Amino acid sequence: MGLKQNLHNFKVKNKDKKWLPGFNALFTFLYTPNETTHGGTHIKAADDLKRTMNTVILALVPCLIFGMFNAGYQHYVAQGLIDSADGFLGASFWTWDNLVIGLWKVLPLVVVSYGVGLAVEFVFAIIKGHEVEEGYLVTGMLVPLIVPVDIPLWMLAVAVIFGVVIGKEVFGGTGMNILNPALTIRAFLFFAYPTWMSGDKVWVHGAVERDAAIAAGENLDAFSGETLLGYYAKSGQELTVAGTDTVTTYGDRAADLYSYADMFWGIIPGSVGETSKFLIIIGALFLIFTKIGSWRIMLSTVIGALVMGLIFNGVVDAGWIGESSKFYGLMSVPFWQHLIIGSILFGAVYMATDPVTASQTNKGKWIYGFLIGFISIMIRVFNPAYPEGVFLAILLMNVFAPTIDHYVVQGNVKKRMKRLKAKVA
Amino acid sequence: MSKDIRIKKGLDIKLVGEAEKTTENAIVSNFYSIRPEDFHSIIPKLVAKEGTRVKAGETLFYNKDNEAMKFVSPVSGEVTEIQRGPRRRIDAIKITADKEQSFVDHGKFDMSADADKIKEHLLASGCWAFIKQRPYDVIAKADSTPKAIFISGYASAPLAADLDFTLADKKAELQAAVSALAKLTEGNVHISVGSTDSPLANLNDAITHKVSGPHPSGNVGTLINKVDPINKGEIVWTVNAQDLVIIGELLLTGKFNAERIIAFAGSSVKKPRYFKTKIGSEVATMIYDNGVEKDGNDRIISGNVLSGKQIAPDGNLDYYSNVITVIPEGDDYEFFGWNKPIFNKVSTSRAFTFSWLNPKKKYDLNTNTNGEHRAFVVTGSYEEVFPLDIYPMQILKACMYKDLDEMEALGMYEVAPEDFALTEFICVSKQPHQKIIREGLDLMLKEIG
Repeated sequence: MGLKQNLHNFKVKNKDKKWLPGFNALFTFLYTPNETTHGGTHIKAADDLKRTMNTVILALVPCLIFGMFNAGYQHYVAQGLIDSADGFLGASFWTWDNLVIGLWKVLPLVVVSYGVGLAVEFVFAIIKGHEVEEGYLVTGMLVPLIVPVDIPLWMLAVAVIFGVVIGKEVFGGTGMNILNPALTIRAFLFFAYPTWMSGDKVWVHGAVERDAAIAAGENLDAFSGETLLGYYAKSGQELTVAGTDTVTTYGDRAADLYSYADMFWGIIPGSVGETSKFLIIIGALFLIFTKIGSWRIMLSTVIGALVMGLIFNGVVDAGWIGESSKFYGLMSVPFWQHLIIGSILFGAVYMATDPVTASQTNKGKWIYGFLIGFISIMIRVFNPAYPEGVFLAILLMNVFAPTIDHYVVQGNVKKRMKRLKAKVA
Repeated sequence: MSKDIRIKKGLDIKLVGEAEKTTENAIVSNFYSIRPEDFHSIIPKLVAKEGTRVKAGETLFYNKDNEAMKFVSPVSGEVTEIQRGPRRRIDAIKITADKEQSFVDHGKFDMSADADKIKEHLLASGCWAFIKQRPYDVIAKADSTPKAIFISGYASAPLAADLDFTLADKKAELQAAVSALAKLTEGNVHISVGSTDSPLANLNDAITHKVSGPHPSGNVGTLINKVDPINKGEIVWTVNAQDLVIIGELLLTGKFNAERIIAFAGSSVKKPRYFKTKIGSEVATMIYDNGVEKDGNDRIISGNVLSGKQIAPDGNLDYYSNVITVIPEGDDYEFFGWNKPIFNKVSTSRAFTFSWLNPKKKYDLNTNTNGEHRAFVVTGSYEEVFPLDIYPMQILKACMYKDLDEMEALGMYEVAPEDFALTEFICVSKQPHQKIIREGLDLMLKEIG
């Protein structure tokens, strides 16, 4: 084995160099190292952190590919160039034209996310003299999937640097962070550049540009880049359908445009990779089967969301809130529909389950997940200006996860104390 | 009286090279070594100098903190070398054995004697070393009285010696030892067995527990946790089943007979089987005469693959082990080892690792770490192989940041390093769990005592 031997010799020759972790990161990417056990167990199980992270990335790949096609599809539909996808397997969805838009718009997001993020990781590894850790492999994949397709690349780069440095490295790197780095990046974008992260334009490629062109005096039809949540939030308000004289309400328009099937399969506007509930469920099953993702968190998040949805439905049914209320639109959405509009499922499967920032005890995971689902829907309904609350809910619970764990562990401690007391008495 | 204990959490690691159930007399080694490091936290005071002639059972050194606690020679012969490490620490006491063995005669013990007499006898004869205590997993303090004594008669670790086989004809010795030990505790002697045919089942003066389930069902720590967990201020003693034979023989005949049937196992061994040998015996002749390649790249372990000690070819069987395992070293790189599907290694996940497909398959594992050391990341996996009512990751972290109050609250008094062998085995971050726990226990021993 020429290559292996050469790399090994290179590593041995340069073992005192400061930049060696950078080389090792690439070397260990090619070859699992020749380290053997010392003290402790003489054998080790097959899994390492790279494998764990890789499994999550694989679970995300379908969402990314779908996101590329959907970017193109939404772009053409908004312009009226395509009528309808004819469903998930429809001929006008999986087309080359759609993919080209996706490749053009989404791949740069992936490249910037990985390029910038890994560069920061390498720099920190070399400064601090430890190996490059794998945490960013998943973060780097998640980031392009949770931003609007038209987000300027420089903004993404700034946010990634912020997220990796402040969200992770200052705490000591992978395994030490309190907040989910991918969501820290999204939160930074959300609060630093709100016009690019919310509203009715950013979710479909080209909508913002088109608006600017119209403002500049060009005679073009504006097209909407509104998400379903945007429609529901304003469901009672009147709306003139672009290019026609039809006056309807936002709620009715949403129903005209998107069927439940579209929502489930993901043929709707939204962040790049979070729309297809079908593929997210496939990813979830894969993660649960491989025992990499926590089914407790996924399940309890869904339960939490459903419970909050039911409560809101109850409020509406009891007549405590009228149609004139600005919360009526989203409150009256049937509870189960909350799962297929917005990104609650994506958050539950890929974000809430991050083992570092989630609760670490099994009991704690149930509580943590439930509260994420519960609070997500609460924010979604009560904050119609920015009608999605999943990432805020997860970040909030990231902060409370250690507290939840503390009380769960105290249960075990108390049991021990009780046992002691029973003995003494 | 008997109680069944069935555990579900755990993992049986099935390895190639299980010892066949035939016993041979190992070629008698001329060289024996006693390493004081086997007796954790004991500071030895040497009695036998270089050149001293000793009989089997004669004192080599005693415990600096308790002069009555003797550590004796397993054979008769001449002390040929005292190996010392940094700061004149005694590393090993080497004895060249006589052709004809002679024993110190401690005299047949009167079994009706009281507890103090028994203690005195065990301390003076070197048998006290076999009695360990928890908390701290060290040799028992002679002035303590345990609330109970626990003995595991079921070996569930990978490639462990089958105690039902190695102790088959030793019922009399086992009974004598158990009866004597029973007088030393206010509570009971608890013995776990894998089947009711075990020579350890239904001994007088003891409670037999039938255990089943995956490893660590046979660990004494599991037995303690399920029967009578240790509370703050309490002490329990543990004794290895095979060492009861030596205690028993001493009581019955007055001889300290260091003979022990050990399993010689592992995938690098051509004909794995059982051997009769002695504590401290050099392993070189035994392993090379039995099909381990002389210039092979193998790891020799005194003990099992999870918690044994790595030894050199001229190393020796340690004081508490009844297995010598030889497995291949894994000091080679593996191309794309982190993402390709893996069929030939054990894993508890299913992340393109396929050991779940065939739970009965036996694996030939080497010593590669299969990945690099990282901070703790994955959660929830340790709990699947950890049957004790303790939060494993939390207690490990408490040990790492040395919070004594938290370590105590989380159950540090109940554990020994070997209880964390399985969590260490499956650890994705390749953290040294047993070392972390050992250091935590040492810290507590020093600070709290």
